[in-house]
Amino acid sequence: MAGKIISKFFDIDGGNTIDVYERHGGYQSIRRVLKKMAPGQVTDEVLKSNLRGLGGAGFPAGRKWSFIPKDSPKPKFLVVNADESEPGTFKDRYIMDRYTHGLFEGIMIASYAIGANKAFIYIRGEYVRQAENLVEQIKCAYDRGYLGKRIFGTNFNLDLVVHRGAGAYICGEETALLESLEGKKGWPRMKPPFPAIEGAFKCPTIVNNVETIAYVPTILQEGGEWFSELGSERNGGLKLYGVSGHVKKPGVYELPMGTSLREIIYEHAGGLQDGRKLKAVVPGGSSAPVLTADEIDVKMDYDSLAKIGSMLGSAGVIVMDDTTDIVRALYVVTRFYHHESCGQCTPCREGTGWAERILKRILDGNGRSVDIDNLLNIAGNIMGNTICPLGDAAALPLKSYLTKFRADFEAAVSDRNGVGKVADEPVSLLN
Amino acid sequence: MSKVAFSQESLSEFERIVAQYPERRAAMLPTLYLAEKEFGHISPEVEVYVGELLQVPAIKVREVLTFYTLFASKPRGKLHFQVCRGISCDLRGCTKIIEHLQEKLNLNSEETSADLAYTLSEVECLGACETAPMMQLNDDYHGDLTTETVDLILDEKK
Repeated sequence: MAGKIISKFFDIDGGNTIDVYERHGGYQSIRRVLKKMAPGQVTDEVLKSNLRGLGGAGFPAGRKWSFIPKDSPKPKFLVVNADESEPGTFKDRYIMDRYTHGLFEGIMIASYAIGANKAFIYIRGEYVRQAENLVEQIKCAYDRGYLGKRIFGTNFNLDLVVHRGAGAYICGEETALLESLEGKKGWPRMKPPFPAIEGAFKCPTIVNNVETIAYVPTILQEGGEWFSELGSERNGGLKLYGVSGHVKKPGVYELPMGTSLREIIYEHAGGLQDGRKLKAVVPGGSSAPVLTADEIDVKMDYDSLAKIGSMLGSAGVIVMDDTTDIVRALYVVTRFYHHESCGQCTPCREGTGWAERILKRILDGNGRSVDIDNLLNIAGNIMGNTICPLGDAAALPLKSYLTKFRADFEAAVSDRNGVGKVADEPVSLLN
Repeated sequence: MSKVAFSQESLSEFERIVAQYPERRAAMLPTLYLAEKEFGHISPEVEVYVGELLQVPAIKVREVLTFYTLFASKPRGKLHFQVCRGISCDLRGCTKIIEHLQEKLNLNSEETSADLAYTLSEVECLGACETAPMMQLNDDYHGDLTTETVDLILDEKK
C-alpha cells in the first residue's frame, strides 16, 4: 500500500508553517522546476501523472493546463477553487489548515507551467479561520522571498491573493466563481469560451481545486509515472476521501484512487454503529447518485463510478444506516439545491422549488401517489437544461433516490396519506 | 454624496485591497466585508458609499449584497449561531440542536433578539461534516454537538 502524501502533514504539529514544511522537504520541487524545466515539460509531467480535477469534475489537470493559448499577449491567471461547499465534503479545509505551504508550492509550480504571475485562492466565506491562516502564511512566504519578484533567483514572479467568497454554493462552479472574483453575483457563464481562453478579467485562466494543486509538488518531485502508478487506470495517485454520516470514525482518509467503497467505509471509517445495517451511500458529495448497500464493492475512481451510473465527484462519502428516513434525506438534499440555485435558469430555479415542496408535503403526511412520478418528471426536465451543472446536481439525487428506494417513497405516500387534512385536495406547488 | 464614510484606517485598507486586482470592481466582496466590520451592517447608505468607492452604480452593490448569504443588511446579534442543516448534520441529529437553541435563546430560526444579543440561523453545509452535528458561532466552528455541549458553549459566551 502506498504511503500518504498530503495527509502525513495532518498529524505533524505546526504542519501549516513554512519551517516545518521545509524541514520535511518542502519547496524543493519548485526549486528544481524553476531551474531545470521548461513550462511545457511541467505540464507534460502532470499529463503523465493522470492527475484528475479533484474538485469533482475529474477533468485531467494537465490537459486543462495545455488549453492556455501560448501566443496570447494577455496576462494569465491561476485561480484555486477553495469554495468547498458540496454537502459531505471537507477535505480542502484540512489541506488549507495543515498543508498550507504544500498548497502554495503547488500554486507556484502550476502558475509557472501556465505562465501566470498572479494567482488567487477563492475561499468560501465561512472558512474565516482558514482564510486567516492562508493570509498569515502567504506573508511568511513573501518574507522568505518565495513569493513576489525573482523567486529563487530566477525570472519567475508570482503574487498570491486570498479572495473570500460570501456564502453561495454556486460559486464553486468555475465560471460563477470567476464572476464572483470580478465582484459580481455568482451567475455561471455560458461555455465556450472556456476559462482557459477567456476567464478572469477576460484573460486566459486556469481554475483548479485545492486538492488537485496540492498534489502537484509531489508529482514534479517523484515523477508523473510514479504518481500515476499509485492509482488505478487513468486515475492517477492518491485521493482524499471524506467520510461522514453513520460511521464510527468520520474523517478524511488519503488512499489510492480506486480503493473500494466497502474498504473505505468498513476498514478506514470504522464501519457502522453496532447492530446497524447499511441502507444507502452517497459516494461523492450530495449530488452524486445514491448507491444501495449492494453496490459498495465499486472502485472509488472517476471511471468506475461513472460505469455504475454514479460519480466520484468530490469523494465526500455520506453513509446512511437503516435508521435513515430516505424521504427526509432526499428532502434535505433537495432543499439545499433549491436554496443554492442561483436563479438564472428557469428549470433549476423553479424545478428545485417544486421538488422541495412536494417532498415536504410527503414528509408532512400529505403525499399523493402521483407525487413520485411528478418528482421524476421534474428531475427529467431539469436534467441537461441549464447553463451550469447545479441543475443536474439537483436532478441526479431525485432520480436515483426515487428509483432505487421507490418502495420507501410509496410507503411514505400511502402510510401518511390522509394524516394531513388536504391529502385529496389539489395542493398548490406555488406556496 | 453618501452620508457615511470609512475611517482613515479602513480607507487605507481599502486602497491596499483595490491594488490587488486588475479591475476596481473586483474589490466588491472584500470592500463589503470591510464595510460590515466598520458599520456593523450594510445599510442602503453604505451601499451607496461602496458604489462610489468602486465606481459602480449602487444597484450593482445591492445585487451582490442580496445574492450572497453572509452579508448583513440588517443588524445581527453579537453572538450569531449558524447551525448546519446539511445532509450529514441532519443524519446525525442537527434538528435536536436547532430546537434546543430555539428554546434556549427564545428565538425562531432566522430571528435576532430585540437586545441584539443573539441571532439564530439555520445554514447549508459548512464543510465540517466529520464533526456533525456542528455550528458556526461568529467566526469559529464547534463540532460534535450535543445539547449538553451547546449549553456549555452558551454559558461560556454569555
